[in-house]
Amino acid sequence: MNWFIETISSSIGKKLLMAITGASFILFLMIHLIGNLTLYFGKAVFLSYVAHLHALGPLIVAVEIMLLILACIHVTTGTFLFFQNLYARPRRYAVKRWAGGRTIGSATMPYSGFIILAFIVLHLSNFHFVDLSERTIFDVISTHFSSMLYVFIYTCAVVVVAFHVSHGFWSLFQSLGANNNKYMPLLRVLGLIFAVSVAIGFGFIPSYVRFMI
Amino acid sequence: MSRTINLTLKVWRQNKANPGGFETYEARSISKDMSFLEMLDVVNEELIVAGKEPIAFDHDCREGICGMCGSVVNGRAHGHMEKTTLCQLHMRHFSDGDTVSIEPWRARAFPVIKDLVVDRSTLDEIIRAGGYVSVNTGGAPDANAMPIPTEMAEKAFNAAACIGCGACVAACPNASAMLFVGAKISHLSILPQGRPEAAKRAWAMVTKMDKLGFGNCSNETECEAECPKGISILEIARMNREFFKAAFF
Ligand code: FES
Repeated sequence: MNWFIETISSSIGKKLLMAITGASFILFLMIHLIGNLTLYFGKAVFLSYVAHLHALGPLIVAVEIMLLILACIHVTTGTFLFFQNLYARPRRYAVKRWAGGRTIGSATMPYSGFIILAFIVLHLSNFHFVDLSERTIFDVISTHFSSMLYVFIYTCAVVVVAFHVSHGFWSLFQSLGANNNKYMPLLRVLGLIFAVSVAIGFGFIPSYVRFMI
Repeated sequence: MSRTINLTLKVWRQNKANPGGFETYEARSISKDMSFLEMLDVVNEELIVAGKEPIAFDHDCREGICGMCGSVVNGRAHGHMEKTTLCQLHMRHFSDGDTVSIEPWRARAFPVIKDLVVDRSTLDEIIRAGGYVSVNTGGAPDANAMPIPTEMAEKAFNAAACIGCGACVAACPNASAMLFVGAKISHLSILPQGRPEAAKRAWAMVTKMDKLGFGNCSNETECEAECPKGISILEIARMNREFFKAAFF
């Protein structure tokens, strides 16, 4: 067990933790996105998707617990890395220009991460921990998105998520060592496609619910 | 077209008595054919004549192969030209009247010794931890006794091109040394002579690196963009693979 602790507490071990947990969230995002796309087809289709999803019963609970554990690992490791990296350069450069390697996504990873964490708390309190005895989840959604403030917050949050995964996607393969000359361009393009899909797919849901339904 | 330019330099000065700050100097009548270090030589000669302390900076070969030189010039490690060491950066890439800021590499693992000179012995410590091939003493093996495909030799050579200047650490937003360590690990692990110890080496060098106070890599790829030898971040991916092999198998 000693070797395991040593491995995950090393710099590459922490990368591994970020990569594996990040990969799980990407997988989750994909499923979540596919599910949410049913909203574009109206109330009936969406509610039938929700009914099918909840028919999975204990499986859903298991996945939720898994995601919670993964989130704890991702956030703690990320926070630790953030402070460790600040510590590694006690005096910042007075003048710093980036050489072209960094992207908006990569440069903002810790910050977008913290924003996403805050958003997830809001998101869960809005749509997960709600009383559904007298209304459907669709009613909850349309009530929330009747407020422009919520439409705005959710749309912005989705853009932040898109930037986060635009770096996270290819980066996780690099961290796992699953990257070489042949696949690097493909991974970067796939990451971009995924980020754009997240931005468009999730991003227009609040406005769609607000204005079209 | 004028062959010379005048510059204003903002140079980081630091020594035991002075905790550090920028000083402004005028670099006058600098030939465009000079290298950046030759320009500093000119400034230093004037400082010496004026009875002042010259600017301390590291250098040796001045032909881009030893890895001794290096400063952050206008916010870029080794200056703004791609795949160039500071000694190979020419003044023709600057314009008359430019203000140029010159700072040392900044990282906890690279403490400033004086002005632009930093202590990079932490990189040597990483090499000592495992950046070698253990061989028995005795007669030198015959050349070509061990056939190595050209492709492999080229790959190893690309990694071996690292001159250990530390620009990757300086350029990394997190002050991580992973490009350096990745290059060293790759260059040995690709060749059959280095293969047997590859995993052990990766473990030893990475754990050493962690102890020395470098930051963590977050795949920003700034190191690759600033590396004077164009070392690829794929060397880091290879290092990760070797490290995982050591850890999990
Ligand atoms: S002085 Fe040798 S590489 Fe610049």
